[in-house]
Amino acid sequence: MRTPTITRAPARTFVAATGAGALLLSLAACGGADEAVPGVSEDTITIGTHQPLTGPAAAGYSSISAATSAYFDYVNANGGVHGRQIEYIVKDDAYNPANTQTVVRELVQQDDVFAVVNGLGTPTHSSVLDFLNQNEVPDLFVSSGSTAWNDPEEYPYTFGYNADYHVEGSALGQYAADEHAGKSVCVLGQDDDYGETFLEGVQIALGEDGVTTYETYETSNQDVTAQIGAMQSAGCEVVMLATVNGFTALAVGTAAQMGFMPTWMAASAGGDYPTLVEFLGEDVAAQVLQGFTSVNYLPFSPDGEWVELFTEINDEYNGSAAFDGNTVFGMGVGYAFVEALEAAGEDPTRESLVEALESGEVVGNGIVPLAYSAENHSGYDAVGITMVDGGVQDFVGSTYRLEGESVTAIEPEQLPLDGNGIPAAE
Amino acid sequence: MTTPAQRRRAVLVRSAVCTLLAVGATFVLDSYANYQLATIAAIFCATAGLTLLVGLTGQLSLGHAVLMAAGGYGYALTAAPLADAGVEGVLRILGGLLGALVLAGAVGGLLGLAGARLRGPYLAGLTLALVIALPAISTQVPALGGAQGVGVPFEGVPDALGGVVSIEQWHAWMAVLAAALAVTPLALVRSGRSGLRMRAVHDDETAARLAGISPARVKTGAFVAVALAAGLGGGVLAVVTQNVSPGAYDLAFSLLLLVAVVVGGLGSIGGAAVGAVLVVLLPWLIDTGVAAVGLPSELEQRLSGNVAVLVFGALLIAVTVVWPGGLSHALGDRIRSLTTRFRPSRTVPQQLTER
Repeated sequence: MRTPTITRAPARTFVAATGAGALLLSLAACGGADEAVPGVSEDTITIGTHQPLTGPAAAGYSSISAATSAYFDYVNANGGVHGRQIEYIVKDDAYNPANTQTVVRELVQQDDVFAVVNGLGTPTHSSVLDFLNQNEVPDLFVSSGSTAWNDPEEYPYTFGYNADYHVEGSALGQYAADEHAGKSVCVLGQDDDYGETFLEGVQIALGEDGVTTYETYETSNQDVTAQIGAMQSAGCEVVMLATVNGFTALAVGTAAQMGFMPTWMAASAGGDYPTLVEFLGEDVAAQVLQGFTSVNYLPFSPDGEWVELFTEINDEYNGSAAFDGNTVFGMGVGYAFVEALEAAGEDPTRESLVEALESGEVVGNGIVPLAYSAENHSGYDAVGITMVDGGVQDFVGSTYRLEGESVTAIEPEQLPLDGNGIPAAE
Repeated sequence: MTTPAQRRRAVLVRSAVCTLLAVGATFVLDSYANYQLATIAAIFCATAGLTLLVGLTGQLSLGHAVLMAAGGYGYALTAAPLADAGVEGVLRILGGLLGALVLAGAVGGLLGLAGARLRGPYLAGLTLALVIALPAISTQVPALGGAQGVGVPFEGVPDALGGVVSIEQWHAWMAVLAAALAVTPLALVRSGRSGLRMRAVHDDETAARLAGISPARVKTGAFVAVALAAGLGGGVLAVVTQNVSPGAYDLAFSLLLLVAVVVGGLGSIGGAAVGAVLVVLLPWLIDTGVAAVGLPSELEQRLSGNVAVLVFGALLIAVTVVWPGGLSHALGDRIRSLTTRFRPSRTVPQQLTER
């Protein structure tokens, strides 16, 4: 094809631009809403989230938002919050920060959400942190253990949820010091903030030189033989994992093949037994994961009353999807949000929602209360040690809280299940 | 026929009119639409260059996203130290964009030197390798911040305009202005002597050499010019999104740019604009449409993101079959037939050899 020698391009540009403009306008007119508080109408509250429904992280985490939606459906079926139904818009960002920016703008500017709840991932959510706070959108219960969310001066609208990697690392470090005194401790971490922050946590408990070796892996390389070999030859007796579930399975499996059987201790992001069973298979998992130690802060005990309720909700509103740690997590987030919304008053505003959280009224349903205040926007500050025994993962009773630079053993204060598991207004 | 000076003036007038119209449009669009307009303008910088590169010089670049990424990283790496040094506002933006131009120009220059020696599939292969290597490069070079990318300082509305324009509108203005600055020179190149040289090199390198044209110089020059435009687009996109990450410039996006210019019409600047609009609006329209239909959530999850790729593929096939010249030619023909109906036609056809 030859191109014309005379440019008539701008005319076309013009046509294209006006056409697109007209299209945009007509569409924008449909989605617009002119209420005083974005996302809050007479009988609905619209909130949104960004989740990896497709892409590399989908396998481990796509079930979270489904569980949260199911919990909201359950709340809605029981009359909603202050007479309003919760509408939960889940947008897929495929764990790609560039997509996150687009979908979160869509949520805020087009769907007019009241708040963003449980946006998942450190790299993804970091890319919208400034945007959400500049637009004064409540950014609740970020689904990541990064310590970046707790910065009330810089990011007054952002609240963490997960126990951060300092809390988890220090708890496992202290547990190792208490139960495996004198053993050599090594850490295998993901080569990003996750691994490094977790290592810092372990060092809070064990001291700067308490870790024998620190090995890292890249998510793009599905082979950890070299790292496992290095730890084996360094004589590691306790190996702590700051890994995602897939790499926990890979590390444990590789080590078993090499005849390396240390005590495994994993951060909660990579320590969910039902998920690991999916990766390893029932038989192998039962063998190599006996005594596998991890941490948790939510009531996931298989015979507990919360799990019983959540299983019922999962069966009724989530099509009996596979029940694992993500289900408990997703529903726990839903519970905490409903609690916050109840506390924000009959006619919630974005300000009253943030105030409700900072007042400390929102405690969640974890093994210790959430401790939000005007100065503290981090999530759970304590975790309980869990262990796999005979194919069942449960708390062993040891619970550790990180305050400043010191780790202390505490007693868990699990919130009992009250009534139908929907927080009631005070 | 027209003289070069007349053509130049026509290009300048048209680009000025289009810029003013786009800036005017920002007043009626809502904030999300303004964000989309800014993205379209930034991508237009890249597609306008790509359409020239492929359509005029015949160099197939599959890694055009890398040039945009180079612009984005160039901006981020310049603007962050400037912010630390206390430089603010327009000065920081200009400094950042200069950084974007330098880095993108350097990458484009290197690619151009390779492009002068590599033909067809080999150049395509090289650019393809580059875009695939981008995530690895960003992990290996600490300054590029891995998958998380690099943050870009927030640029608020200048005090002089405070209260008059919203932040999205201000960003859209910047992007539209950048597009004007990037695309107008390309349009001038296209309609001027350099454009003729590019066509000559594309048609027959030996004949071009006999006519005293150095194909190597023309190809390298084209690559640099195009890289500068894409870099400007990448830089301004970094301002709008406040972040540069390899995920934004992956292989899928790079190929999408190429599909966009082919669908829009190779070699045509208007086609590049149509392509940029498609890249931004089509996935969004499809997602909005899918959501409006009210499918079961599981099916919706499965469709999310995938339907857009399918539609782009189908569109590519349909357009190449029905309008081989691309959408812009098809639209252009419609408009021409309309205008000729109302305007007495000129006796001399403008181009005898077109297509």
